[in-house]
Amino acid sequence: MTDTSQSVAFVRTATIPPSPPPAMETGAVKWMRENLFSSIPYSILTLVSLYVIFVILSGVLPWIFNGVWNASNLAECREILDGATGACFAVLKERWPQLIFGLSYPAEEYWRPGLAFLLLFFAAAPVMFFDLPRKMLIITLLYPFIAYWLLWGGTIFVPILALVGVVAGYMVYQRLVAGSFAAGFFGGVATAFVIWYIGGLLIPEGASENALLVPVASRDMGGFMLNMMLGVTCVSLSIPIGIVLALGRQSSMPLIKWICVVFIEFIRGVPLITLLFVASVMLAYFFPPESSVDLFLRVVIMITMFSAAYIAEVIRGGLAALPKGQYEAADSLGLDYPQAMRLIILPQALKISIPGIVNIAVGLFKDTVLVSVISMFDILGMIRGPILSTTAWNGVYWELLGFASLLFFVTCYGISQYSQWLERRLATDHR
Amino acid sequence: MSTITDPPEGSFRLSMLINDTRYRSMTFQAIAAIVLALSFWYLGNNLIQNLRQAGLNISYSFLGSPAGYDINQSLIEYDSQSSHSRAAIVGILNTLLVAFMACITATVFGVLAGVLRLSKNWLVSKLMAVYVEIFRNIPVLIWIIIIFTIMTAVMPAPRAFRGDDPAASMLFNAFAVTNRGIYIPAPVWGPGSIVVVLTFIASIVGIFFFRRYATKMLFDTGRLLPTFWPSVGLFFIPTILMHFIMGQPVSLDYPVLGGFNFSGGLQLGAPLIALWFALSIYTGAFIAENVRAGIQAVSKGQSEAAGALGLRPGRIMSLVVLPQALRVIIPPLISQYLNITKNSSLAIAVGYADVTATLGGITLNQTGRAIECVLLLMLFYLTISLTISAVMNVYNNSVKLKER
Repeated sequence: MTDTSQSVAFVRTATIPPSPPPAMETGAVKWMRENLFSSIPYSILTLVSLYVIFVILSGVLPWIFNGVWNASNLAECREILDGATGACFAVLKERWPQLIFGLSYPAEEYWRPGLAFLLLFFAAAPVMFFDLPRKMLIITLLYPFIAYWLLWGGTIFVPILALVGVVAGYMVYQRLVAGSFAAGFFGGVATAFVIWYIGGLLIPEGASENALLVPVASRDMGGFMLNMMLGVTCVSLSIPIGIVLALGRQSSMPLIKWICVVFIEFIRGVPLITLLFVASVMLAYFFPPESSVDLFLRVVIMITMFSAAYIAEVIRGGLAALPKGQYEAADSLGLDYPQAMRLIILPQALKISIPGIVNIAVGLFKDTVLVSVISMFDILGMIRGPILSTTAWNGVYWELLGFASLLFFVTCYGISQYSQWLERRLATDHR
Repeated sequence: MSTITDPPEGSFRLSMLINDTRYRSMTFQAIAAIVLALSFWYLGNNLIQNLRQAGLNISYSFLGSPAGYDINQSLIEYDSQSSHSRAAIVGILNTLLVAFMACITATVFGVLAGVLRLSKNWLVSKLMAVYVEIFRNIPVLIWIIIIFTIMTAVMPAPRAFRGDDPAASMLFNAFAVTNRGIYIPAPVWGPGSIVVVLTFIASIVGIFFFRRYATKMLFDTGRLLPTFWPSVGLFFIPTILMHFIMGQPVSLDYPVLGGFNFSGGLQLGAPLIALWFALSIYTGAFIAENVRAGIQAVSKGQSEAAGALGLRPGRIMSLVVLPQALRVIIPPLISQYLNITKNSSLAIAVGYADVTATLGGITLNQTGRAIECVLLLMLFYLTISLTISAVMNVYNNSVKLKER
């Protein structure tokens, strides 16, 4: 072995410290070069966007931050602003209860819808987040009765009777379902109706007169509360109906199939506003002559039919997306139709359709403002009617419309974010 | 000893209606038919009783009687002496007009926003995301009212255009944006203008055939003819030439300020503008999401392969990505067009005389014929919806991936 170390002139024994990257290739500069100014057209686009953002913000921000919160009418507002740009948020402060609860909901009862709204979160939580203890579902099941009692008031016997009917019906269903699903289902429904009928005779006349909670008529409810009530009621009612319609449309029985197809296509072919016209001017003709069904209930019926048709189409998509092997597997296990649907098909099909259902729900919630066209005073009806038409606030469009938009944006954006989270959460396909 | 037993013969028992799959579906359908008939009978009976109590009947004779109300925006001849059916037709045409206009602009907005949202420019894509989220999550009725309010409360009144130093001025002396609507020049068809129009149509047909010829040349010989500039030339030059040859038969009628308002020109009323613009930007946000999803559905290998073949980015988009993305985009686009048509019924909230406002609004209130009016209204929308979806399905089938 020869010694070569002598012939080598220079050997570096320590590594060179890494030199910092060029200033153009690091940190914020690099990011901006790559994402904002990567080429000349992109740079122009960036500058145009910056200008647009500047124009919008320079118009809106002073208007918001310069806003007047304390004034009793528009003239006073303008006096305080003294020619400067600024919003007149005082209208929101003064008309807050009207925007939220409507024109004639008794002021001393505002806590009732407030409490119902708060409880809604507890009722919705176990349905929306599966990690919560399952026992919380009891709140969800009790919620419709509690909320009805809180909102409409009157005698407590009505919601209790409704609850008793449902519980009895469920018990009968449990007893009979082992024999056949149809027997259990119809037995349960029949039991509930019998109990409601008998109980209806038992509730004394005038029980609502001096009840614990003062009765409030539906026509006294309005504002954003009305939108929430319509949205929550109609969505929750239309999901089961939508499932039935979707299954009916897939049915091999031609008559059942055609009833469902005609219903779905008819409802989807007409705008919601015509259905609301039906609710306001036409539906009353179809009820027995001596009965008087109030407008809220008629609107709920029509909106529920509307959203049920759309949800049915979404669920049909879910049913169709399911591999055929699932249906065949259920058949080969010897399950009958209700068992196969309940245990195998629907759990998977509904999971696939959740994003679609949430989209429909968001759309439906937005569509509840349409009731202002048939002169119900929801939040838009309140703004366009009783608030803008008073002399005190005639002309404060942007504050009011902006407030309504904000409420809808927060709700709808929240729900759609939840739906995206749920989609990721439920993604169990093993890929 | 044999364990084989004969199947039960002939003995039909009542329980077989439920337990035997051969008969069960018949049983259920019979029950459904009975329930359906009973509920129709019940509802119809209620209807007859209610109508008798109110002293009403079902009759469509009111359609022939004079309507007695004016419509400010009408595509056909109409005055207050015209019949209710004429008012309904005016409404139908107005509905179709606004739906058609909104479909075009919504597509433009949607495609633009959808493509820009996928831009590599961070700021632009975020800006488009904000646009989509804001417009998707606020009810369209609120947007219609916001834009209507901008049109009526913010825009200057016609008298602001008056005087030596007017507060507002017309754009190019041709367009006036006022709180009563937007005034634009109206074309006046003089004698001989039919020749100009025919020339224009012929040149469009010519463009179509030229492009077909260019494609054929490309496939046959591989020679790529320029198509863009010849098309532009064909589009303008013959028509303009013919216009001057015929002695300028087509002229423009400019709106001029006179009295308290503009006269002449074509008035697009504030309700029409509000409805058109609101439907366009609202639905545009939805279409943007569809376009984005469609473009993302085209696998990245496609555009990389096109790039490897040496195509420019614009050609990659128009020749490789968009044709494939269209298959994903078209079906939801159809339903957005249907939504526009159905949402145009919100015109009633701002007083645009569409069919909901004439037939379902004023006519209904004047005649009290609620059932007849609402049924006619539903029939109209149902026809439109089914027609659009049928036409679009035909198109959809023609672009569908041919699987073999």
